[in-house]
Amino acid sequence: MTSLSKWTCAGLMAAGIAAAASSGVFAAEQGLNEPFQAKFRADLSGKTIAFVPVAMGFDLTEGWWAGLKKELKPYGIKFELRDPNWNTNAGAQAVTSLVTEKPAVMVIHNPDVQTYAKLLKRAEDAGIYVVQINMGSAYRSSAFVGANWIEIGERDTEAVVNACKGKSNKIAIVQGAVSAAASAYTLRGVSNVLAKHPEITVVSSQAADWDAAKAKGITQTVLKQHPDLCGIVGFWDGMDIGTAAAVKEAGLTGKVFLATSGGGEHRGACDLVKTGAFDLDLSYDVPTQAAQMAGTIKWLLSSTDAKPGAVKGSEYTTLIPITKANADAPGTCWNLDELKKEAGE
Amino acid sequence: MKRFRITQQEIVFVVFAALFVFCSLFLKGFLTSANILALLQNVSVLGILGLAMAIVVIGGGIDISLIAALAVPPGLVLQMVQDGHSLSSSIVVAFAIAIAFGLVNGWLIAYAEVPSLFATLASGIFLAGLGQAFLFRVEVVQWSDGMAGFDRLGQASVFGVPMPIILLAATCLAVAFLLRRTRWGAYIYAVGDNRAAARVTGIPTRPIIVLQYVLAAVIGCFAGLVLAASVNSMPTRIFNSTLIYDVILVVVLGGIGLSGGRGGVVNVILGTLLIGTMLNGMTIMNLSYAAQNLVKGVVLLAAVIADTFINPRNEETAQQGDI
Repeated sequence: MTSLSKWTCAGLMAAGIAAAASSGVFAAEQGLNEPFQAKFRADLSGKTIAFVPVAMGFDLTEGWWAGLKKELKPYGIKFELRDPNWNTNAGAQAVTSLVTEKPAVMVIHNPDVQTYAKLLKRAEDAGIYVVQINMGSAYRSSAFVGANWIEIGERDTEAVVNACKGKSNKIAIVQGAVSAAASAYTLRGVSNVLAKHPEITVVSSQAADWDAAKAKGITQTVLKQHPDLCGIVGFWDGMDIGTAAAVKEAGLTGKVFLATSGGGEHRGACDLVKTGAFDLDLSYDVPTQAAQMAGTIKWLLSSTDAKPGAVKGSEYTTLIPITKANADAPGTCWNLDELKKEAGE
Repeated sequence: MKRFRITQQEIVFVVFAALFVFCSLFLKGFLTSANILALLQNVSVLGILGLAMAIVVIGGGIDISLIAALAVPPGLVLQMVQDGHSLSSSIVVAFAIAIAFGLVNGWLIAYAEVPSLFATLASGIFLAGLGQAFLFRVEVVQWSDGMAGFDRLGQASVFGVPMPIILLAATCLAVAFLLRRTRWGAYIYAVGDNRAAARVTGIPTRPIIVLQYVLAAVIGCFAGLVLAASVNSMPTRIFNSTLIYDVILVVVLGGIGLSGGRGGVVNVILGTLLIGTMLNGMTIMNLSYAAQNLVKGVVLLAAVIADTFINPRNEETAQQGDI
């Protein structure tokens, strides 16, 4: 090696070290700064999320609340709960007072289509993001996350119609409360399918008020009149425990196809599908809904341009059909106690 | 000269008979033994609650908290079993709570002299709230493996007769025995008819009033266990439903005057049968929800009007907080 090349070599090395130092090869030791996360954390930290369900104390609302906390609490978000306990007036008052208290986000579970509609618009005008869950109002806010009730009615009815092939073609419908939008939408889904199947006779279509005892009474009477009934479309698994009990008492479990829907909590869904009480339970998987809401809230709070009311979109829940085939599989159902534990309650 | 007077009991019997004949003639599949059993089974919990309410109403009061006694202690049984306690100890706890609840109601009404309507309205809300806030994790308390066998109480049948009907019959006999064959029963009538007079004749009116509410709470708790066993869960939200009005409907319709001191188990049976026939007939006819409520409302109104005519209010029977 000549002396020239030696010098050249040393020079190149020096230049290399200098270049490396300036262009951040040292990052191998200190790491690389991600330019967006600090703003994201700042956007979320200290913000308040207010939740107005129709009532706490049942698997759906408890699950959403726990799921939101699990996802968002680590970012320093504060949570506020207003529980109207099935009282629509109290709910409207809660929403009204929240509009003046100005949380960053309101998560709203509507009791019906109309009551909160104007209030939610006012909230978004006042600069509060409104995320609606499972029961939408006539006003479409920044985001709606929830089940498509029409789809639930259609898929449940299709399953019942299929099960009825070659049988009596007599079916019964056990509705929820007539005033509830979820019940009315589901009924529309049922009608959509029945319009295509004139061979099906609906021998009974009655409202059981989401009440298991009433559902049982109605189903018992219907089964006595029509022991050859081939299927029942139920509107909520929490109520259809009663429907299933009536079918079981009549000794018709397995002969009468019972399709229903619910939040997929294991005690109310998978366990009952396993015992044969329900043949199909369409689950709108509450933890997934909660995670989707949380994701939407993160996006809304950290967005630069999505001002409240400026963007509107829907995230209809992808349903999990629970049958005997998957009722045992992990991940089909969820456990409220565990979710609450994960949320730190 | 003895004037011919028709009692409400007879009116209700005639109405029931007419309705029954009408349904039998015009509704296909009504008059079958299977349907009649279903009819009875559907109203058996209501009938048991009617008996509890009857004891209180005969004694001159009213118990609005009955549905709380139906929902909370039996709900606690399901919750405790879910949490790993034994079934028998859970049932003991439930009845202990029911008795304590009845004692509080009775004390408020007999000793603190709060009108029964208000006392039980408040205590019912208290008990239901207590359950919601501290005892249950979710409103519909689900069945768990530890409850195995207990569902026979609501779902088994003996010689083809469903268990709830047998339990209703047994409760009817027990209450009839209490009211007609025991001294306590006679005292309940005396207190309900005229509390001041009963007191003057040396009847321990206050303990007797406490007894009524304890009995009502215990029977309510029993009805709740039958309900839970028959639907494999305890929907504690039932407290917010209109069930209490149905119970009052059964009692008033059957002809137990709200002014107290009149009527008996037969009236409850009649009222229950009438409601059962009505509900069953309307379900078979597949009447809409609104139409069913309309019919129920009209019948209750007619019953209350008939009650006012047959058991007119006067200074002797009118009381504070009377409904």
